[in-house]
Amino acid sequence: MTSFRLVVVGGSWGGLDALGKVVALLEEGCSFALAVALHRAANSPEGALVSYLQARCSLPVSEAEDKDAIEPGRVYLAPADYHLLVEPGRFALSIDAPVQYSRPSIDVLFESAADAYADESVAVILTGSNDDGCRGIRQVKRRGGVTLAQDPLTAVRREMPEAAIATGAVDQVLPLDRITEVLNDLGRS
Amino acid sequence: MPGEDLEALELRLLLDAIYHHYGYDFREYARASIKRRMWRRMMEEGLATLSGLQERVLHDSACMERLLLDLSINVTSMFRDPTFYAALRDKVVPLLRTYPFVRIWNPGCSTGEETYSLAILLREEGLDGRTRIYATDINGTVVQRAKEGLFPLERMQEFTQNYLRYGGRCSFSDYYKVYGDRARFDPTLLENAVFAQHNLVSDASFNEFNLIMCRNVMIYFDRALQDKVHGLFHRSLARSGILALGHKESIRFTSHADAYAEIDGHEKVYRRIL
Repeated sequence: MTSFRLVVVGGSWGGLDALGKVVALLEEGCSFALAVALHRAANSPEGALVSYLQARCSLPVSEAEDKDAIEPGRVYLAPADYHLLVEPGRFALSIDAPVQYSRPSIDVLFESAADAYADESVAVILTGSNDDGCRGIRQVKRRGGVTLAQDPLTAVRREMPEAAIATGAVDQVLPLDRITEVLNDLGRS
Repeated sequence: MPGEDLEALELRLLLDAIYHHYGYDFREYARASIKRRMWRRMMEEGLATLSGLQERVLHDSACMERLLLDLSINVTSMFRDPTFYAALRDKVVPLLRTYPFVRIWNPGCSTGEETYSLAILLREEGLDGRTRIYATDINGTVVQRAKEGLFPLERMQEFTQNYLRYGGRCSFSDYYKVYGDRARFDPTLLENAVFAQHNLVSDASFNEFNLIMCRNVMIYFDRALQDKVHGLFHRSLARSGILALGHKESIRFTSHADAYAEIDGHEKVYRRIL
C-alpha cells in the first residue's frame, strides 16, 4: 500500500484562512510533509504567515529554505517572491520569472512534486481567484497521486477550485473539514 | 541507470551533451529548476522532447546561446529585500570603511539589478571612490547588458518602493534618465567596476575580496556544487571578508559553515573567521 510522503497545497484569495482550517486538525505523526504555495505579495512580512498558522496547528510550521530536507509531520511554506520546488527528499527555490503573475506559483510546486513523489503525493487546491494549479494538479494525477479540491460552494473565491475541477483531474471535491479528514486518513497509511 | 524514468534519462544525456560539446557544466544544477528551464526552452523551440532539444543544441550553436540566456537570467529587482541592504549599510559598511581600498565581487550578476543597488548604496555611503566592484556572470551577453544599465521603465515603480523601504538618502529617480520605455542608470555609478565573464562551476578564484555578494544564485545548484562554490568563495575572501547570501540560503549544509561567524543571521550576512 502506498505511503503518502508529500502533500502540496495551493491557494490564493482567502487561502490563508482556509489553510488555517485545514491544518488545525491535522494529526501529528502523519506520514507526509505538507508544502504550501499561497499567492502573497513579494514584500509580505516573513514571520506573519508562519505565526498565524503555527497558532492553529500542532505540526511545526516554517518557511522553506533552499535545500531544506523534507521531513514528515512538518508544514513548509513557500517564501514570498520565490518559487518553491520539490526534489526527492529536499526543497529547492528559484527566482525564475513569475508564472501567470505568481511567485510562488502553485503549478511550479505541484509539477515538481509530481515529478519527485509521483504516487506518493497528494495535491490540494483551496479557494482562489485564478486558475494557477491546473497544470500541476493534472500532472499529480497523471503520476498517480491523489488530488483534492475545496468545494467551490464553500470557497471565498471559487475560480481556482472550479478551474481545477474543470480539468477532470480532481479525485474528490470536499469542504475544508472533510479535506482534513481525508488527509488524516492518507497520513495513517 | 536501470529504472530511471525516460525524462530523467533524457535530461541527464542533454546535460552531458552540453558539457562535452560546449564545456558548460550544468550537471550539478538543482534538477527541479533546470528541468523547468530546459522544458521552457524545448517548448519555445517548438520541440516535443528533451532529446529533440539535445539534437538542436548540438547542431545549432544559436540554440545553445538562447539556452544559456535562459539559464543565466533571473528575475530580480533593485533593492530586492530592502532589509538586506539596510543590514549591509548598517553592519558591513562600517567594516569596509576601515580599509583603504575595497574589492567587492558580485558573481552571478545577471542583468545587474543587484550590482546597481550595491553601487547606489556605496555612493550614498561615500565609499564609491575607493571601491571596485567585480560583476561576473557565466553568460557574457548578460554581463554586457548589466554594463549598459538599461532597465524597463515599468520596473521603476517597484525599484523605487524597494529603495524607499531600504531608506535611501536621495531620490531614486536621480539615478536614471528615461529613454522611451527604458531607464538608463547613471553610468558613473559603475564606471570603476569590472564586468567579466566568469563561470562559478569551472573557473578559479581571480582576486581577494572584502565582500562577496552572491544572492539567489546558488539556489540553482545542488548541494555538492554549492559546497564547491563555497570553497571558491572561501578561497576568494580576504581575512575577515564578508559573505552575503540570499534570505533563504544557508551555509549550514556546507563544509565551510565553521569558517564563518554570523553578522546578521536573518539577512544571511557572514564574516570569514577561519
